[in-house]
Amino acid sequence: MTECLFSAMLAQLPLAAVDWHGLFFLLFAAIACGAAVMVVLTDNVVRMALHLVLSLGATAGLFFLAGSEFVGAMQLMIYVGGTLVLLVFGVMLTAQTQLVALKTPAGDKVLAGILGAALFAVLVQSAVSIEAWRRPGLAEVAAPTATPLGMALVGVRVDAGDSESDRRPPSGYLLPFEIVSVHLLVVLVGAAYLARAKRRRTPRTVELVASVESSQPSRVDAGASESASSVLVETGR
Amino acid sequence: MAEFLIETIGLPGWLAWTTVAGVSAFLILNLIAGGALVFIWAERKIAARIQDRLGPTRTGGRFGWLQSLADGIKLLAKEDLMPDGADGLLFRIAPYVSFCASFCAFIALPFAFDVVGLRLNVGVFFVVAVLGLEVFGVILAGYASASKWSLFGAMREAAQVVSYEVPLGMCVVVPVMLAGSMDLVTIGEKQAGWFTNWFIFHDPFTFVIFWVYYTCAVASVNRAPFDLAEAESELVAGFHTEYSGLRWSFFFMAEYGSMFLVSVLAAVLFLGGWNGPVPVASLLGWSDGTAVTAPYAVRLVGCANLMGKATLGVLVMMWIRWTLPRLRIDQVMTTCLKYCTPIAALMFAGVMLWQLFLPGGLLPGSRSQAAAVREAWLEGEADGAPVPEASVGFVPAAGRQVVGVSR
Repeated sequence: MTECLFSAMLAQLPLAAVDWHGLFFLLFAAIACGAAVMVVLTDNVVRMALHLVLSLGATAGLFFLAGSEFVGAMQLMIYVGGTLVLLVFGVMLTAQTQLVALKTPAGDKVLAGILGAALFAVLVQSAVSIEAWRRPGLAEVAAPTATPLGMALVGVRVDAGDSESDRRPPSGYLLPFEIVSVHLLVVLVGAAYLARAKRRRTPRTVELVASVESSQPSRVDAGASESASSVLVETGR
Repeated sequence: MAEFLIETIGLPGWLAWTTVAGVSAFLILNLIAGGALVFIWAERKIAARIQDRLGPTRTGGRFGWLQSLADGIKLLAKEDLMPDGADGLLFRIAPYVSFCASFCAFIALPFAFDVVGLRLNVGVFFVVAVLGLEVFGVILAGYASASKWSLFGAMREAAQVVSYEVPLGMCVVVPVMLAGSMDLVTIGEKQAGWFTNWFIFHDPFTFVIFWVYYTCAVASVNRAPFDLAEAESELVAGFHTEYSGLRWSFFFMAEYGSMFLVSVLAAVLFLGGWNGPVPVASLLGWSDGTAVTAPYAVRLVGCANLMGKATLGVLVMMWIRWTLPRLRIDQVMTTCLKYCTPIAALMFAGVMLWQLFLPGGLLPGSRSQAAAVREAWLEGEADGAPVPEASVGFVPAAGRQVVGVSR
């Protein structure tokens, strides 16, 4: 009895009327947009990276909120995790004095503003023009798992309609998947080649550099980035 | 649990969900903090014994069992310093970034059948993705400290990350392939029964790949012999040279939390999860073999099982730390990229071929579940009909509802 009274009292609270989904959507969206703006406005490269992580992480939060956990985890793994570690790595290795405090020329600002506005206009136009996206609160659909996507990637479409009505069974994503893989391989090979072509080194030198780094860290103060990058380059080869 | 609150007690939905989320977060937080206390004490005792010392003996009477608590109080009272040249904002938030990443990964980690903060159907993927974020805190700390030792630690950490992440990902994929699901609860459930069902004993390749996983896991939590980012004999204290007091202890909570996390993940992926070596519950008839109907006591025992396995994993990490010397950065890269990655790739191919040609295992009659999955799959394809998800061994939507009813 008391429980019922308690719950009835709770139901009277205005909190129950709050649209929690919408609230969290706004929260994540605000974080994503705000951090994205901060990326542009900050001078310091590492702080930019932090804001970028925040923005991408909030986007992952939006994906989780939408119930697409796979895409959300993908976002975390690829963008927030991988790209940012590499970005920070690259930035700190290449950071000279002019990169630590970035100053954008006025001309670049105007150009970037025009480009950004144009892109925004295109996005807004396409978002508004799609009929199905206009209605808020689409009907509840059965939450799909990552399974159909995974099956489609290996060439089996379990999510497509019954195969009797179609003449040809719907094809999976095996070919695009492979093409993307080959692209990535080409990029990797190219990157390794570019990184390697800069200077000639025998493997012996690299070992020396590495041992210098580990035994006498104080000496490498100025050349920290140098030695670390050369180790990477050699391994990349 | 939220359904239970809504249907039985009659709480409104938002309150029920908030309560459940709060309880889960509270439990996980205490698990990390309490686990760190126990493990730090254990580490001191183990290190001492390995070095023929006694370790802490006095605090709290015998065995110095209150030593961690005393350390904690000392850390709370310590002055919090920040170097002059430090980047204030980044310096302050770096420990919390590390800790939050470790904490977030725990959310998707199951401790027994359905005892999980949030059951994601891509659980493995989520845990690995979030675990990678912990590194970001270390790199931020190293950069923001305005100290060359810290920066060195951060650079080494960054170099280490790119080397261990590849083999780690490959190792994690193998149990996913065997179970046919990325849901950690499903992966654990597929290994129910006798210990021969554990994925580590599935075939010789998985046995090898477990050790590759463990090596990469040790590297991913920055423990010796992979503790280059810290390297207290070379870099003072590496990335946390400039930290003191509570912020420093946050780094350590994150480290011990991550150690426990990768050990739990190892247990779930390879060591049978919450299933004991002998299926006592079903032998006694308490459970009919399907965990969905298992009583809560069985789940509690499963939870203890998993904790035991994970604690064993952590203890082995400590043993390794006090046994092996630290590797150089080029040796770390050699280990991870030249040895672990090819081994993991070979074993991955081996497991795949094993699944194709010897799905029943070497012994006749011991038809594994993976074989059943594959056969169901082949039958479905022969019929020409789109294979229903349930027969392919993935977690179907219906399975989730069953779980919901049982709660």
